[in-house]
Amino acid sequence: MKEKLVLIGNGMAGMRTVDELLKLSPDKFAITVFGAEPHGNYNRIMLSPVLAGDKQLSEIIINDLQWYKDNKITLYTGKTIIQIDRINRQVIADDNSITNYDRLIIATGSVPVMLDIPGKNLEGVISFRDINDVNIMIETAKTHKNAIVIGGGLLGLEAANGLMIQGMNVSVVHRNNTLMSQQLDQESADLMRSELEEKGMHFLMEHQTEALLGDKRVEKVRFKDGSEVEADLVVMAIGVRPNIKLAQASGIQCDRGILVDDTLQTFTPTIYAVGECVQHRKKTFGLVAPLFEQAKVCANHLVDMGIASYVSSATSTKLKVTGIDLFSAGDFIGDNTTENIIFKDATRHIYKKLVIQNNKIMGIVLYGETTDGLWYFSLLTEGKDISEIRENIIFGQHHIEENHE
Amino acid sequence: MTKTTTSLTTCPYCGVGCGVQATREEDGTISIKGDKSHPANFGRLCSKGSALADTIGLENRLLHPQVNGKQTSWDTALDAVSDGLKQVIEKHGPDAVAFYVSGQLLTEDYYVANKLMKGFIGSANIDTNSRLCMSSAVAGYKRAFGSDSVPCNYEDLEQADLIVIVGSNAAWCHPIVYQKIVKAKQQRPTLKVVVIDPRKTATCDIADLHLPLKPGTDATLFNGLLHYIKQQNTMDWEFVNQHTEGFAKALISAEKSATDITQVAQICELSDQDVSNFFQLFANIEKVVTLYSQGVNQSSSGTDKSNSIINCHLASGRIGKPGMGPFSITGQPNAMGGREVGALSNQLAAHMELDNPLHHNLVSRFWQTDNLASTAGAQAVDMFEDIANGKIKAIWVIATNPVVTLPNADKVRRAIETCDLVIVSECELNTGTVARADILLPALAWGEKCGTVTNSERRISHQRNFLPHPGEAEEDWWILSQVANRMGYGHAFSYQSSAEIFREHANLSGFENNGKRDFDISQLANISDKQYDELIPIQWPVTAGRPKGTERLFEDKHFFTSTGKAQFIAITPRPPVNATSAEYPLILNTGRVRDQWHTMTRTARSSRLNAHISEPIVQIHPIDADNCQLTNGGLARLDSQRGNMLARIVITEEQRIGSVFVPMHWNDFLASKGRVNALVNPVVDPISGQPESKHTPIKVKPYQPVWYGFMFSRTPLIPTDSEYWVKIKGNQFWRYELAGEALIDDPSRWAKNQLGEEGEWLEFSDQGAQRYRAGKIVDNKLNCIVFIASEHDLPARSWLSQLFSEQTLSDEMRMSLLAGKPGAGLPDIGPMVCACFGIGENTIKDAVECGSAKTVEEIGVLLKAGTNCGSCIPELKNLISSKSG
Repeated sequence: MKEKLVLIGNGMAGMRTVDELLKLSPDKFAITVFGAEPHGNYNRIMLSPVLAGDKQLSEIIINDLQWYKDNKITLYTGKTIIQIDRINRQVIADDNSITNYDRLIIATGSVPVMLDIPGKNLEGVISFRDINDVNIMIETAKTHKNAIVIGGGLLGLEAANGLMIQGMNVSVVHRNNTLMSQQLDQESADLMRSELEEKGMHFLMEHQTEALLGDKRVEKVRFKDGSEVEADLVVMAIGVRPNIKLAQASGIQCDRGILVDDTLQTFTPTIYAVGECVQHRKKTFGLVAPLFEQAKVCANHLVDMGIASYVSSATSTKLKVTGIDLFSAGDFIGDNTTENIIFKDATRHIYKKLVIQNNKIMGIVLYGETTDGLWYFSLLTEGKDISEIRENIIFGQHHIEENHE
Repeated sequence: MTKTTTSLTTCPYCGVGCGVQATREEDGTISIKGDKSHPANFGRLCSKGSALADTIGLENRLLHPQVNGKQTSWDTALDAVSDGLKQVIEKHGPDAVAFYVSGQLLTEDYYVANKLMKGFIGSANIDTNSRLCMSSAVAGYKRAFGSDSVPCNYEDLEQADLIVIVGSNAAWCHPIVYQKIVKAKQQRPTLKVVVIDPRKTATCDIADLHLPLKPGTDATLFNGLLHYIKQQNTMDWEFVNQHTEGFAKALISAEKSATDITQVAQICELSDQDVSNFFQLFANIEKVVTLYSQGVNQSSSGTDKSNSIINCHLASGRIGKPGMGPFSITGQPNAMGGREVGALSNQLAAHMELDNPLHHNLVSRFWQTDNLASTAGAQAVDMFEDIANGKIKAIWVIATNPVVTLPNADKVRRAIETCDLVIVSECELNTGTVARADILLPALAWGEKCGTVTNSERRISHQRNFLPHPGEAEEDWWILSQVANRMGYGHAFSYQSSAEIFREHANLSGFENNGKRDFDISQLANISDKQYDELIPIQWPVTAGRPKGTERLFEDKHFFTSTGKAQFIAITPRPPVNATSAEYPLILNTGRVRDQWHTMTRTARSSRLNAHISEPIVQIHPIDADNCQLTNGGLARLDSQRGNMLARIVITEEQRIGSVFVPMHWNDFLASKGRVNALVNPVVDPISGQPESKHTPIKVKPYQPVWYGFMFSRTPLIPTDSEYWVKIKGNQFWRYELAGEALIDDPSRWAKNQLGEEGEWLEFSDQGAQRYRAGKIVDNKLNCIVFIASEHDLPARSWLSQLFSEQTLSDEMRMSLLAGKPGAGLPDIGPMVCACFGIGENTIKDAVECGSAKTVEEIGVLLKAGTNCGSCIPELKNLISSKSG
């Protein structure tokens, strides 16, 4: 009789854990998966290309329903688990169905942060999180004109870009003056902005949204300075927070996220958690790379190997945002103890910056030309002294003589 | 001129006097080739000669007369000149005016200048820049032969079995003569070459023996040789007894100063072995030519040095025979012509002497003047001394640039600034002398003017014009004649053509000569204008007896002394006047570099000529460099008691310990502080008046600016904030080597101020390392570059230079531009597919094509592509299917 494994959350982190499990020991568990969304699991990162019309939904499906059958995995889509009974090792779904487990993985991911302002529930006010949001955007674009995206972060700009391609007149509202401040410094952010403006995107920098106006459907956005803009669609992309509602309700130790140890185990030994819903050593996660690392470790322990342990390491972001190559890592802002090595080719929209301290790379921002990103990143993680190659480092690895590599 | 025309002319540079064939295409473009028919070079040209076409543009040419900075008519300018001169003469006498002329002048110009000053103004205050290069050789010849006669010719170099090259880097300064020697040595490996020079120059490449003697000890070496010849009894007693005088005296002082090889070796700081090897070679080989130049001449005992050389040739009777003789090779295209017309302040005319009453009377009658100068005038260095102390109140400088070339040049510059009347005839606008003139007279340049020149082997050639007269420029002889007319000497200066002047000059040379004087070209005295135009190169004397000219002098063993015998001169070697001291421990030696000429007003127009040595340099031995804490490629400040300069440091073993070498070329328009003659001591040879330009005590220390840098620009500009700058014309750009003493706080702004805002800017900055680089691109063409650093070792300029020839700048070039070098051609990975691991389409295609990856998983194993976020898996699938499909 196989052990019963239940996975809550049919997303990337959870399913990657199942993949790893199947690799390690295909027959150890009878696996049941609950997904709130009515699909097989898909690559959430690829929602932007879908919105931009570069990809079809079918192309971003990682595992279709057939795959679950072939791997003898029971998949419940559109079913939401509303409670975990830790004593009886059961999960209860919104249709009151009960499923027993020996081991449970919580992979409920994250939920978008929505501004708590008047009008937030008006029709046409959405986030950018799943296929449903994407479908709404595509449909709205067919019938409406003006879109406002609140939040000039990575997700916001992707949404704005997609909506623009879908034919809408898009304005991005941003709190401060630096777009994508998680990835970019002022200089590169300005470069990004001007490049997007050339494409026709509008920006309302240093604007704070006060209210969304309209009877049934949103019609206007009002800002703290009193100004207003037309809006048929408002996409809130001001960030995400771990989705811990279920875990908390079920008495699992949470802080900002579900607390896990280096084996991704929660405070309840039979229950594991992976992905954007967890908090590991005070850190929560938004990028894909660490999630996959977590999946490996988690699976390793579920099959009782118990040799792997999860260490969250410095991560670099290499992205294609609205068709622009970006790379950033480490402390790319720096302070009065650091020095900057900068290369700029404004007309070509290229900007490279290395933040240096005692001849070691502390931070990296590459905009428009990211070929050497991973090389710089390896120098950063290895803490290599670059004094020997400092003169040419900004021009890339192929400008460094062999003996310096 | 509408269709293609070809004219034969001569090169305007060194004294080899090569024949040049200039072709003018229909569109006006000029191409230059060597003249195969010219005996000096038989079609060969050196780097400078080959680049002549690059130098004939009209930019920075003086094309209109100016008085006090204002353009004016010729009449006004010429009146101003004659009035100015007349006033000074009336007030202060004829010796208060002076002409300082040039070996660049044609013989006809020279003749008229000399005639005007000596014959009619009545002063001998005319001297030439040839004073700086061969007056010691002249004095030496005159003492030995009674006349300024160069006995040899270039053929002798080909026939000799031993060539002793003394104080000459012929490989660079007389390249075609050097090439003759190289060729001869290839054909006859038995030909031995000995080079005597403190420096190991390029000329040493073919030397069987190089004697890097102590600067200034040449006379001791040749005294030792004379003594040795006597001891070994390889004398030509018959010749010495019959045809020479003074051997005994000469031998005594030779024995005194050079008792034996060991002593000679000690004094010259050479090895006994080397010295005796040289002596043996000279003593035992019959056919010897001693070729000497500035290393001998530019010395406070230059005349003695040349006589110590001549002594050895007289003692062994090696003169007036094929493949033998003491051969002084001159620096300038028409130094010899100047000597022939007597345009040195201690000569009269046509190799006649001022202090010789017969000559004085003869010339007075020939010129029909009663005002002929009878006492020697001021020699170059004294002339400017006299300007400084007010004795001379008006100076007319013709075709030369004394503020750069004369010793103690800063003082010369001040002297000119204080002079009441400064008249300058020039073709160039950018000379330090022009900048200080009251009256400017535009002269024709090479290719525009036409007349005769004489090269080092006494060969008179016709330098012909093949370019139209630009602006209002005129022949120098015309300008001089016009002034003479205005001063009231019209009857003697009514010349209509250079041919007319040449005939008069030829007439004078034969006037009551009858073989008494060496210089006689009377056979050419009556040639028609046509014959003059078609004159083929010919060696003087050209007389009724020798209508085809004279290859070699003294074949008849008759000399032009009173007794008809050659004179030995007793030589007591003298060290250079100023010895080194604790404060000034190094000897400054000056000279030429391969691809530049004089003060670069012409050669600096040619980008290829600027490529060889593009900055003022100081060459110094590693040991001295060490003592002075100099680093190769860095900058040095050189100081003498008189002045200072800045130069790029070149550390080389070829330099003798204790002495440094600096080129004499750079002027204030090409370098902020590159005039070496500002340092040179104004010490002269008591007999020849030639300056000791190769021996000035100096000190050298590192020059340490706050920043170093360079700029390239398609258009010339004026760099600011740079204490050190050198301007170098390149192919489609100007390059500026820079260094500054004040930190540039905002390099980006600074760069844009220097080079102009508009355009696509690329910038690289590393403030921590004080590094800034920028480039500007206009219409996809590289427009300018600036590199700044705290150290001197900036990237090489070569690759950047090439980029200015590119029609459009490729992406690779653009991305590598500010690295200053091309990247090690990374394979083009193609459009990015897997962003996570930076794997491009081409890389994946390759893996798929060669079959090493058939599935997405296999690609993942091979290249990691798609194994992280998986976003690229669809592309991977497509790439696979597109292959199989």
